[in-house]
Amino acid sequence: MMGFIWFWLVAVMIVAYVVLDGFDLGVGVLHLFLVRNEAERRAALGSIGPVWDGNEVWLLAGGGTLYFAFPLLYASAFSGFYLPLMIVLWLLILRGISIELRNHVEVGVWCALLDGVFGLSSALLTIFFGAALANVLRGVPLNADGYFFLPLWTNWQPGLHPGILDWYTVIGGLVALVALTLHGALWLTVKTSGELAQRARRIVTPLWFVLVALTLASLVATISVRPASLNNYFNYPFTFVVPVGVIASMAGIGLLNRNAQPVKAFLSSCLYLFFMLAGACWGLYPTLLPATTGADRDITLSRAISGPHTLAVGLVWWGFGMVLAIGYIVFVYAKFRGKVDLHSDGH
Amino acid sequence: MTAELIHRLHFAFTITFHYLFPQLTMGLALLIVVLKSVALKTGSEQWDRAARFWGRIFAINFVFGVVTGIPMEFEFGTNWARFSRLSGGVIGQPLAMEGVFSFFLESAFLGLFLYGEKRISKWMHWFSAVMVFVGSWISGFFIIVTDAWMQHPVAYDRLPNGQFEMLSFWQLLLNPWGLLQYAHNMTGAVVTGSFVMAATGAFYLLERQREQYARIFLKVGVIAGLIASILIIFPTGDLHGKFVAHNQPAAIAGMEGLFHSEAGAGLVLMGQPNEETGQIDNPIVVNDALSFLIYGTTKAEVKGLDQIPHDQWPTALPLLFYAYHIMAGLGTWFALLMIVSAFLLWRKRLYTSRWALWALLLSFPLPYIANTAGWMTAELGRQPWLIYGLMRTSEGYSNTVSASNGLFTLLGFMGLYALLALLFTVLIYREISNGPEPKTTPTEAAHAE
Repeated sequence: MMGFIWFWLVAVMIVAYVVLDGFDLGVGVLHLFLVRNEAERRAALGSIGPVWDGNEVWLLAGGGTLYFAFPLLYASAFSGFYLPLMIVLWLLILRGISIELRNHVEVGVWCALLDGVFGLSSALLTIFFGAALANVLRGVPLNADGYFFLPLWTNWQPGLHPGILDWYTVIGGLVALVALTLHGALWLTVKTSGELAQRARRIVTPLWFVLVALTLASLVATISVRPASLNNYFNYPFTFVVPVGVIASMAGIGLLNRNAQPVKAFLSSCLYLFFMLAGACWGLYPTLLPATTGADRDITLSRAISGPHTLAVGLVWWGFGMVLAIGYIVFVYAKFRGKVDLHSDGH
Repeated sequence: MTAELIHRLHFAFTITFHYLFPQLTMGLALLIVVLKSVALKTGSEQWDRAARFWGRIFAINFVFGVVTGIPMEFEFGTNWARFSRLSGGVIGQPLAMEGVFSFFLESAFLGLFLYGEKRISKWMHWFSAVMVFVGSWISGFFIIVTDAWMQHPVAYDRLPNGQFEMLSFWQLLLNPWGLLQYAHNMTGAVVTGSFVMAATGAFYLLERQREQYARIFLKVGVIAGLIASILIIFPTGDLHGKFVAHNQPAAIAGMEGLFHSEAGAGLVLMGQPNEETGQIDNPIVVNDALSFLIYGTTKAEVKGLDQIPHDQWPTALPLLFYAYHIMAGLGTWFALLMIVSAFLLWRKRLYTSRWALWALLLSFPLPYIANTAGWMTAELGRQPWLIYGLMRTSEGYSNTVSASNGLFTLLGFMGLYALLALLFTVLIYREISNGPEPKTTPTEAAHAE
C-alpha cells in the first residue's frame, strides 16, 4: 500500500515538473526562432521570469522524494545514467545563468549569445528528459546487484545492451521537444500580446500535426519495445481511459487553439502531458526500472522501497509541505496573472 | 588516481564552489530584512533603495547558488550510489524536505520580492523579504541535519537488506550535533554577509561616492558583523568544538595536531603536523590551553591520536590541521576587526578613518575562506568514515562509475565553474558600479521632462 502511494506521489511530482517547467523550457526553444526583436524577447523572458526558478524546484523536490522513498532506484538510475545526467546538469547551469545574465546585459552580441545559449540548452534539455523517460520505459541492463552503466549510444537498437540513445529513445526525445515547444507556444499566447502572441498561436498548428504523428509513433514503439507495458491496461480495462485522455486532450489543443481560446488550449496541453506521463507510469507499475537482462533483475517497488516508519512519517510532512507549496504557487501565479506588462515589472 | 579519490574530489569541489553562494545569500537575507524593516518603520526611501540594491546582489547570488546546488542533490546518486542506496531512508528525508519546505517558499517569495514590488503593498514586500530569509534559513537547516546524521548518526536502525531505517523523525531533526552545527554555520553566513556589506560601504567611502548609502552599509554591516563575529567564537564555536571533542576524539586530535595523549595538553597555534615522526614541527604552543578549552580545567587529559587505531585516523591529517587553524585564526581576526570598527562607529570616526575602511574592504574575502575551511574541518575530521563509525568512505562511492568517467565530469565542472566565477565577478562588479540609485534610461528621462 505504501509502495502504491509513494509511487504515485513521485509520479505526481514528475507531472508537476513537466507541466510547469515544461512551458518555460518551451519558451526557451521558441526563443531560438519565434521571437524577433528585443521587445518581444523581453516579453517572452518576462513571462517566465518570476516563475521558472520555482518550476525547477519540482525537479529537486521530486528527486529528493525519489531518493528517500526509493533509495535503490535513485542510486541505481543516477549512477547508471551518469553521463547524460552530468550533461543535464551542465545544461541546467548554462540555462539558468543565461536567463539571469540576460537581465543585466544590453549589448547586441552578448544578448544574441545568451539568447542562443538559453534556447539551445532549453531544447537539449527537453530532448534529454524525453529520452530519459524512454530509457526507463525500455529498460536498462541491470546487473545482479541492481546497478548498470550506460554508454551514450551503442548500435542504436533497443536490445540487451542498449545505449542512452537508440531509435526508440530518440523518438521519446522528439516527443518531448515538440510537446514542450507547443506547450511553451500556448503559454506565450496566454501571457503575451500583439504580434508575438499571434505568431505563437499560428505556430501551434504545424507543431500540433507533428505532435499527433509523434505521439502515435511513440505509443506503437513503446508497445513493440516492451509489450509488457500493456499488461496493466488489459488487467484493468477501465484504465484505457488514460490513452483516451491523451487523444481527447490532443484534440482539445488543436480545436481550442483554432477557436482562439488560449487559456483552455494551454490547460488541454497540461492535460495532454499529464495523461502521457500517467500512462507511462501505469505501463510500468509496479516495476520502477525494467531490466533488459531478464525480468528477475527488474527494480520493483517492493525491492526499492524504504522502511515503513520512514514512509509513514514522510506521508505526514509531505502532505503538509505540499499544501504550503501549492499555496505559495497559487499566490505567485495569481499575483502575476494577466499579460506581461513590460513597464511596471522588473528588477 | 583511484575512483574513490576522484568521487571525493568531485563532491568536495562542487560543494565547495556551491557554498560560496548560499553563505552570502543566507547572511544577506537577514540583513535585507533589517534594511526593509528600517525602511518600513521610517518611510526612508534611501533604506528602501539600499534594500533593493542588496536584493539585486542577492538575486545574482541566488541564481548561482541554485544552479550549482542542483548538482549536489544529483551527486548523492551519481557519485555515491552505494551510500545513497543504504542511507536514503534516513537522509533522503531532510533532503526531500529541503525541496518541499524551503525551495518552494524561497523561489515564490523571491519572485515577488524582485519582480512584484509594484503589484503588492509595502507591507507585503517587507513580508516577502522575511519569507525569503525564512526559506533560506530552513534550507540551511535541512542540509545541516543531513550532514549531522553522517557526523553523528542518531535515531536509526538497520533493515535486513542493510538499509538504514529512521526510527524517530524528531530525533533525526533535533540531532544535538545538528543544532550546534546549525548555530555555528548560520552565524558564519551572517559573518560573510555583514563583511561583504561593510566592505561595499568602505569601498564607496574610499571612492568618495554614494556616501549616504555607504554609511548605511557600514552601520548595518559593522553592527551585524560585531554580533556575528563574537557569536561565532562564543558560544557556538566553543560548544560545537566541545561536542566534537567528546564524540569524535580522532577528529579533534587531528584538528589540534595532538599525536600523544596528554594531561594539560597545550594548544598549538601554528606548526606543521609530521605524520612520519608523529609530532608537530616548528610549533608555537600555549601550555595547558587545549585541556582548558575542552574540559574547562588545565589538568584534564585529552585523547591523542596514539589512543586511536591507525586505520581510524583522519586520512588527510595535515590538511585537517591547516583547515582548522585557518578557520580559527581568521575567526580571531574577524572579532578584532569588528570590535575596533564598532568602537570607531560609536565614536563617529569610522567614516573618516581610511585605514579602518581599507581593512574592512580587504577583509571581505576572508569569511569565505573561513567558512570553507570550517566545512573542510568538519568533513575531513569525519574521515575515514562516510557515516561516522558505521560506513567507510571506501564503501560508499559508485563503483560502477569508473575513475576516468569521474575525472572527465570533474574536469567538466571545473571548466564550467571557472566560467561561472568569471561571469559572477563581472555581474557583481557591475551592480556595485551602478550603485543603489535607480538608473534613468533615456526614455524615462524624456518622460520626466
